[in-house]
Amino acid sequence: MLAESLFFSAILFTIGVVGVLTRRNAIIIFMCVELMLNAVNLTFVAFARQYGLAGQVFVIFVMTVAAAEAAVGLAIIISIFRHKQTVNLQNINILKG
Amino acid sequence: MILQSASVVHPLAGSAVEWLWLLPLLPLLGFLINGALSLAPAYRRGPDDPGHDHTSAHGHGHVGDATIHHTGASTDVVAVGGPVHSSAAAHGDDHQVAGGLSDEVRSHDAHHDVAPHDAPAAPHRFAGIASIVGPLVLVLSFLLAVAMFMAMRQASEVRAPYIANYFDWMVTGDLRISAALQLDQLSMVMVLVITGVGALIHIFSVGYMRTDPGYPRYFAYLNLFVFFMLVLVLGANYPVMFVGWEGVGLCSYLLIGFWFSEKANADAGKKAFIVNRIGDFGFLIAMFLLFANLGSLDFVGVAQAAAEIGPNSALITLICLFFFLGCAGKSAQIPLYIWLPDAMAGPTPVSALIHAATMVTAGVYLIARSAFLFSLSPIASLTVALVGAITAIFAATIGLKQWDIKKVLAYSTVSQLGYMFIAVGVGAYVAGVFHLVTHAFFKALLFLGSGSVIYAMHAAYHATHSHEDAQDMRNMGGLGSHMPWTRALMWIATLAIAGIPVFSGFFSKDEILGSVFVRAHGSSLAEATWLGIPGSALLYLIYALGVASALLTAIYMTRMMLYTFHGPNRTGATERDHLREAPWVMTGPLLVLGALSLLGGWLNLPAIFSFLGPVGALDHWLEPVVGESAMRITLGSVPHASHNTELALIGTAVAVAVLGIVIAWMRLKPAALVPKRESPESEGFERVLEHKYFVDEGYDRAIVQPTVGFSRNVLWKGFDSGLIDGLFVNGSAHVARGFGWVGSQLQSGQVGTYAWVLVVGVLMVLGAFTLR
Repeated sequence: MLAESLFFSAILFTIGVVGVLTRRNAIIIFMCVELMLNAVNLTFVAFARQYGLAGQVFVIFVMTVAAAEAAVGLAIIISIFRHKQTVNLQNINILKG
Repeated sequence: MILQSASVVHPLAGSAVEWLWLLPLLPLLGFLINGALSLAPAYRRGPDDPGHDHTSAHGHGHVGDATIHHTGASTDVVAVGGPVHSSAAAHGDDHQVAGGLSDEVRSHDAHHDVAPHDAPAAPHRFAGIASIVGPLVLVLSFLLAVAMFMAMRQASEVRAPYIANYFDWMVTGDLRISAALQLDQLSMVMVLVITGVGALIHIFSVGYMRTDPGYPRYFAYLNLFVFFMLVLVLGANYPVMFVGWEGVGLCSYLLIGFWFSEKANADAGKKAFIVNRIGDFGFLIAMFLLFANLGSLDFVGVAQAAAEIGPNSALITLICLFFFLGCAGKSAQIPLYIWLPDAMAGPTPVSALIHAATMVTAGVYLIARSAFLFSLSPIASLTVALVGAITAIFAATIGLKQWDIKKVLAYSTVSQLGYMFIAVGVGAYVAGVFHLVTHAFFKALLFLGSGSVIYAMHAAYHATHSHEDAQDMRNMGGLGSHMPWTRALMWIATLAIAGIPVFSGFFSKDEILGSVFVRAHGSSLAEATWLGIPGSALLYLIYALGVASALLTAIYMTRMMLYTFHGPNRTGATERDHLREAPWVMTGPLLVLGALSLLGGWLNLPAIFSFLGPVGALDHWLEPVVGESAMRITLGSVPHASHNTELALIGTAVAVAVLGIVIAWMRLKPAALVPKRESPESEGFERVLEHKYFVDEGYDRAIVQPTVGFSRNVLWKGFDSGLIDGLFVNGSAHVARGFGWVGSQLQSGQVGTYAWVLVVGVLMVLGAFTLR
């Protein structure tokens, strides 16, 4: 059971990483980041069955942080959109040195 | 407070000598008071218009003065700097403003066209206090010195110096230097000369400098000078002496550049200061060598340690030569004499006090004080004597063709200092000190007399608003009928310096020449060889040079007197009516100095003149200090020429002096002279002499310009601008900027790129851990 869970979470995480690296749309990248977080959550839960409840506690924390991050992140994306009329990250490089 | 270092009670303990500390402190007090006065503005602000008090005080439209006073930024000389400078620029002539009268008078000169009517120059508002305080502290010091002298004479037998330790100055490791003063017969003589002649010159200055806006500052410097000079001669060890040595150098610098608003004067001060630093370097090295090898810096301690080392040691020779380098700087000997003639840019009383009577003789004092070292090293002693002899004749030849009256006296001073070094070089320490004393009398008289002349000349030119050079002898002539007192007194000094019998200079110069001659046989110097030359031959050469210099001395001094006081007057038809004898406050000190120049020889009469009075008083007086050292040079015997030899020597000296005066009197035609502005350039060797053998130009080419060029091109542009500024400072900034540029290029702003880099990094780290 553990092996399958870990395998699944690895697939999810890889999809998330590939999504972050390849996509240009900020919303999609954002969703991919969420995917990576949830892959990690799955790993925590899988291990929690064997090593005690600490993993589940961590999942709660990660979800909380992810919620906060979603709020802030979406707000930033909306501001960027208002400013630039786009969420394509290739066009957003105002912090370049 | 006073810790007596000697365990046995000194015979002078409990006498006036206990007040030794007060001696230098009195002039220091004068310095503090006058210094405080000089900080106040020179003139009180007028009640009507506070901004233009100066102008109203003069009734002149001095634009520069008024502006500067308006801002309240200046006190004295700076206030008149503008007008003086403009006058110099207009003349292009450094003599015009270099000496003589105060800036105040000069600024009037410069603006006579602006203000046709002539207002009297206003003295500094504290001039009254300064003229009391300045000379008074000197007179008090002199009285104290006389009291000490009396105590010393009455004390039964003073063999050891009286040493007063006041406090520990420097204590580190083996080095223990105390602030200690020492009074012995030698320093007593020096103290009497410094305070006595110094007091007279201070009094003279009251008349000479009275109207100068920097009057209190002048006295402050002069008092400070006397303080340092007393520290120099009273110090009980070399470091304390060095404090005085440096201090008098500082005061000399300050006083040469007293009228510093004139660039030539400021440059002369700098030149004196820098040349003296070269000498001081030698003094310092000598002190380091003394401490490193002899372990002591006290005169008493060094004398003991040196005696244990014994004669002819290379170490002592080296120490002595380094000390002599210091002496050459301070006492203007070849090759460091060049600053002294330029030092005439200062006020004339300063030339008399510092650059003739006292400070420049410090080198002679140092050698006499260090006789216990120099007498151990015939090589160093011969070097001293030879350099002295060459300097004497060299400066005397230059003195033959100078037109500036003060320059003649300056080269004469260099020449006479050469005589003193001949004396202390051949181990005739008493003769050297004797000539030092008599020279202080007659040279101070000559300088003060020339001051009176310049004063009169300036007053005359000032009255007629003329711009002629008041110091050039071609503009003088026939002044004797206008200033009979000055002429008579300066003739006394001239006969003294020329060496005419019964005048003081005759006895001292004769003693020097006689000492050289006598030591050519049967002395440690005669037996030594100097760079392969036998000492005996060298001493005869020195004697010959000395006699030749005596001849030249008589010639150039007579020339100066002839051109100044005799023949027709060349000052100018209208100016002639304004030539006056200087006031009594100036002539009075001249009278006293005249008496001393006449009678100074009685200090140390030679045996052959025993019918005139007691013989060898100074010999006897200084015997406890330098007797042993002098004996060491003469191999334990009192040097004695036979009666006939002595007569021949004296005869030669007198004949040479008379011959010099006669030559000058016969050959020189004052009537043929024309005023400076009409004089043609001299030619041939005369031109070389008039330009001082082009030594200044040579030094400029050989030393100054290479140094400046090296400093500018290598040190400044190469090292400082190029290496430090360019490579280190700006270079490191460029490197930092380069790294910053690279870093900023990484910062593309593309979040995707960042994510790629992040992932690649994570993979590399994980891979490294996995594959390990």
